[in-house]
Amino acid sequence: MARQNTFLYHLFVILFGVIMIYPIIWMMASSLKPNTAIFTEASSLLASPVKWDNYAIGWRGFGNVGFDTFFLNSAFVTVLVVIGTLLSSTTVAFGFARLQFRLKTFFFVCLMVSMMIPMQVTMIPQYILFDGLNWINSYKPLIVPAFFGGGPFFIFLIIQFIRGIPRELDEAATIDGCSTYGIFARIILPLCKPALVTASIFAFMWTWDDFLGPLIYLNDTALYTVSLGLRMFSDPAAVTDWGAMFAMATLSLLPQLLVFLFFQKFLVQGIATTGIKG
Amino acid sequence: MHDSKTPGKATRSKASPLLQAWKKQAIGYSFISPWLIGFLCFVIGPMIASLYLSFTHYDILSSPTWAGWDNYVRMFTSDPRLMTSLKVTFLFVFLSVPLKLAFALFVAVLFNRNRRGVGLYRTIYYIPSIIGGSVAVAVMWRQLFGRNGAVNDILSFFHIEGMNWVGSPDTALSTLILLVVWQFGAPMLIFLAGLKQIPLELYESASVDGAGAARKFFRITLPMLTPVIFFNLVMQTINGFMTFTQSFIITEGGPLDRTLFYAVYMYEKAFAHFDMGYASALAWFLLLIIGFFTALIFKSSSSWVYYESDGGK
Repeated sequence: MARQNTFLYHLFVILFGVIMIYPIIWMMASSLKPNTAIFTEASSLLASPVKWDNYAIGWRGFGNVGFDTFFLNSAFVTVLVVIGTLLSSTTVAFGFARLQFRLKTFFFVCLMVSMMIPMQVTMIPQYILFDGLNWINSYKPLIVPAFFGGGPFFIFLIIQFIRGIPRELDEAATIDGCSTYGIFARIILPLCKPALVTASIFAFMWTWDDFLGPLIYLNDTALYTVSLGLRMFSDPAAVTDWGAMFAMATLSLLPQLLVFLFFQKFLVQGIATTGIKG
Repeated sequence: MHDSKTPGKATRSKASPLLQAWKKQAIGYSFISPWLIGFLCFVIGPMIASLYLSFTHYDILSSPTWAGWDNYVRMFTSDPRLMTSLKVTFLFVFLSVPLKLAFALFVAVLFNRNRRGVGLYRTIYYIPSIIGGSVAVAVMWRQLFGRNGAVNDILSFFHIEGMNWVGSPDTALSTLILLVVWQFGAPMLIFLAGLKQIPLELYESASVDGAGAARKFFRITLPMLTPVIFFNLVMQTINGFMTFTQSFIITEGGPLDRTLFYAVYMYEKAFAHFDMGYASALAWFLLLIIGFFTALIFKSSSSWVYYESDGGK
């Protein structure tokens, strides 16, 4: 009876899992199919003959801008956003978690509330602001806010982590003559490593597939990130080579999938402890 | 290191208490300054600006002109597309959020046991949520449910007549709901964390009292999880109202505006028509809607969310 239950459990979970994962496998399979097979054997997960050419064709992009440009652009934006997020959110989190100053509680409430403000509300005036600064059609609107505590979620995540570090460590360091900056740089920062890894992964995931930001701020095709490039490449009115489109769609997901598979533990912990979305 | 600490020591011994207190403030503010500057420049400033703009006509090229309540009046008297968009968005949120949470809870309960393979299963079930918001997945979904897509191919195997799921007004919204429900990973993980917090003794004593699995679920699991359900409900509702990419890529708001999500309509007004004043009014109305529903959930929570510290136990 118990054995039968276990069997049914696994059978159900696996069958349901196949349905869950089917669309993704299907996309990958389609990226290797010849164009005709994409529609004649639509649901098949086997590509025969395997057409690796789709990737070479897709990679060339269109006009004179290829996907190498889009990937480099995305990588550039993502790396800088991750750096900015780490720098600003650790210092700010340390301030909130360890230092005393006037209006701290008030600002902490502001921080918490700013997590709930939908970006749509600030989007229009931000656009006008960046337009006034002549930042439109550059990466500055996407990158600069990250250096100014752009992700309140990350600050919150790191605050929670720092609160778990025993204060005795700070006190001992103070007695040894360590300044506040010394405590931050030599004690707290090294101990925060797991939280920093979690924050970097989330910042990476969210920036890599961000669509609305680049859509609003980038006009030149040469500046496009992968999501914009893919959107242009997959325009229903213009697509002729479906295999190549699936190939580029698959490729654009690869960085996220790899990061997820390697750093899964950090992600799962991050979501479970702070409730931020994946 | 020695150099940097000596002046600090000197101030400590010589400076007046007032100076010391001032220094403490300065250090505190210097640490939070990146966020503080960002908060003022990129959040509060823009919010005030957008409140002002919502009372103007503004097309970016010429300077804004005062419009009084014009934009708000227009929203409710002469914008039928906004009404469509509101209807679509509410329908989407009210259907997709409960479905998503129900799925997330169901799967979390499935995975909350020490069976072999659960770790692997969890990974597989979570993958769609990792990449779900991307353009690539949206493009894939469009093909999957298209006229010649895989779904119709599978249906034909069962001799069911397929259709253009994405392109037909009756099914387009359901296709998008399905896409969002498919990405139940984040609430699932939060539910799992919540399930692990429930003391096992509760289940043991219930077993002693002869309670069955269903009874245990409704009398122990569900009440103990209400704080987590509450949290997920708030977060998913807020996210639901802001859904953009899926509709923008897959259905482009169509067919016949049947998937014209609020965020898509706002984008259209702001960045296709450059009707910034009106779009600002739309943005503030969205904030009000989200605020209203969040407040409603918070308000109602006292009657259904169970907190142990309230003396419930």
